[in-house]
Amino acid sequence: MLEFINFYIIPGIVIGAIYALGAIGITLIFGILRFGHFAHGDLATTGAYLALGVTTLIGLTPWLSLPVAMILTALLAYGIHRLFYRHLEARPKILTVMASLGIGMMLRSVVQVAWGVDPLAYGSGIARAQSFAGLMLRPREIATLALTLALVATLLAFLRYSKWGKAMRAMSDNPDLARLCGVDNDRVTRLTWFIVGALAAASGFCLGINTELTTMMGWSAMLSMFAAAVLGGVGRVEGAVVGGLVIGLAEELSVLLVPSPYKSATAFVILLAILLLRPQGIFKGKVL
Amino acid sequence: MTHTPSLDRPQPILIMHQVRGGYGDADILQGVSLTVMPQEIVVIVGPNGAGKSTAMKAVFGLVRIRSGAIVFEGEDITGWSPDRIVRRGISYVPQVDNVFREMTVHENLEMGAFLAKGDLSAAYDRIYALFPDLKTKRHALAGDLSGGQRQMVAMGRALMLDPKLLLLDEPTAGLSPKYMEQIFQICRDVRDSGVSILLVEQHAKQALAFCDRGYVLATGANRFEGSGRAILEDPEIAQMFLGG
Ligand SMILES: Nc1ncnc2c1ncn2[C@@H]1O[C@H](COP(=O)(O)OP(=O)(O)OP(=O)(O)O)[C@@H](O)[C@H]1O
Ligand SMILES: [Mg+2]
Repeated sequence: MLEFINFYIIPGIVIGAIYALGAIGITLIFGILRFGHFAHGDLATTGAYLALGVTTLIGLTPWLSLPVAMILTALLAYGIHRLFYRHLEARPKILTVMASLGIGMMLRSVVQVAWGVDPLAYGSGIARAQSFAGLMLRPREIATLALTLALVATLLAFLRYSKWGKAMRAMSDNPDLARLCGVDNDRVTRLTWFIVGALAAASGFCLGINTELTTMMGWSAMLSMFAAAVLGGVGRVEGAVVGGLVIGLAEELSVLLVPSPYKSATAFVILLAILLLRPQGIFKGKVL
Repeated sequence: MTHTPSLDRPQPILIMHQVRGGYGDADILQGVSLTVMPQEIVVIVGPNGAGKSTAMKAVFGLVRIRSGAIVFEGEDITGWSPDRIVRRGISYVPQVDNVFREMTVHENLEMGAFLAKGDLSAAYDRIYALFPDLKTKRHALAGDLSGGQRQMVAMGRALMLDPKLLLLDEPTAGLSPKYMEQIFQICRDVRDSGVSILLVEQHAKQALAFCDRGYVLATGANRFEGSGRAILEDPEIAQMFLGG
C-alpha cells in the first residue's frame, strides 16, 4: 500500500498541482477574456527559463529566483496582450486562438535561441526523499505542494473578498452588466494577464525543478492543463485545481493499465469524455 | 437647450427630445420624445421590436445617437458614457441577463455600488428594507433564485447608488401575477422614496393602470402619450396596440 502511494499517488499529486497552476491560468483566460490560450504552455516554459536565467545571472537560489521570474512573466504576459491579442479583441475569438498558437511557437523559439535545445537543470544537488511514516517525499515535492496551496489560497481569497477580485468574477459572469456597473474592462484584463503570467511561471518552474528543463515541456504539458481546466469547469478556479489533481493522478495511474508511452493520451481521453458527457465540467463552468 | 426652472411648473427630470439613432447604420429610433417628471412612474408600451428597449438604452448611453438630445436635470447628457451617466444619477436594469448569476445576492448589490466610495452599510439597509426577501437570501447565488427574486436583485443592484432616475426594462417579464403585483408595489415604494422611474412593460394593461403617465411607441417613434387611464380608454390605441 505504501509502495503504491509512494510510486503513484505522490507523483500524481505533485504533477497534478503543477497542472493545476497552469489550468487556473487557462480557465481565467477562458472565463474573462473568452478564448482558449494556446501559448499557455510555452508561457510556462518561458517563466521556468527566466527563473533559470535569474539563478545563473544573479546567483539566487532557484526558489528565490522564482518570485522574480513570476513578476517578469506577468509583465511578459501583459506585454503579449498589448502587442498582439489586444488588436484582435473586436474580431472573432478564433483569430485570437490562432494567434496564441503562433505566440507559443515564438516564445519557444526565443527560449531555444537563448538557452539551447538540450535539457538543463536548476541545480546539480540530488535531494534525497525523506520518510514521513513511510511516505517518501522529496523537499522539492513538499515545496511544490506548499507553493501551489499558498498561491491557490491567495488567489481564491483575492477573488472572493477584494474589490477587483469581485470585478474579475463579475466580468467572467456577465461582461455587459459588469460594464454597466462601471467596471473598467481594461483594468480587469491587465490584472488577469498579470495573475495568469505569474501562475504560468510558477507552473513551469515546478515542472522544471521536479523533472528537468526542456524547451518543449510546457507545450507537452498543455494538453493536460486544458483537460484539467475543462474537467473542472471552464471559468472555475477551484475546478481547475481539482481537475489538475484528477488529471495528474489519472496519468500516473494509467501505467497500471496501459503501457507508459500512452500516459500522455490519458488527458486526451478524459478531455474527450468530459466534453461528450458533461461539458460544463465538475463545477458547472461555462459550456464551450 | 436651456431650461429655466420656474416656480409654477416643476422641471422634468428627464427629457428625450426627437432622438434618432440605433446600433449600426440604420436608425431604430426615428424621433422619440418623452419626459419624466420628478417622482413620476412613466411607462413605455408598444409592440415587439418597436424600439422600447433601444429608447431606454439611448438614455443610458448604450446607443449611438445621431440627432436629438437627452437632458437630465437640465444638463445635456447626450453621448455620455454609461459609467458617467451612472455617476450622474441614472441606473438601468436591462431586460435580460440582469444579475451576476455566479455571485451571491449581497455581492450583486456590492457590484451595483462598484463606483461608490466609503461606507455602504446605509445603502444595504435601504435595499434590504425595500426587498425583505433578499435579506434572507443574501448569501444565495443569484442564479439559484426564482425569476421574481432575481428581478428584485437586479432592481436592488440598480438602486445601490441611490439614483434619481431608475430605468427598468420589462421588470415583470415571465413573472407570475403575484410577483408582478409585488414588483409594481416596489416601484411605487421606490417612487415614494423620491426616485423617478421610466419602465418598459409588456403587460401593457396592468402597467398603464398603475403608472402615472404612459407612452405608446411603435416603429421607433411615439404614437400616443397621456395618463395611463387615457391611453387605456382610447379605443383606437386599445385596438392597435393593446390587443383589443
Ligand atoms: N444590439 C442590437 N444590435 C442591432 N439591432 C438591434 C439590437 N438590439 C435590438 N435591435 C433591433 O432594434 C429593433 C428594436 O429592438 P428593441 O429591442 O428596442 O425592441 P423592443 O421594443 O424592446 O422589443 P421587445 O418587446 O421584443 O423587447 C429591432 O428591430 C431589433 O432587431
Ligand atoms: Mg425590449
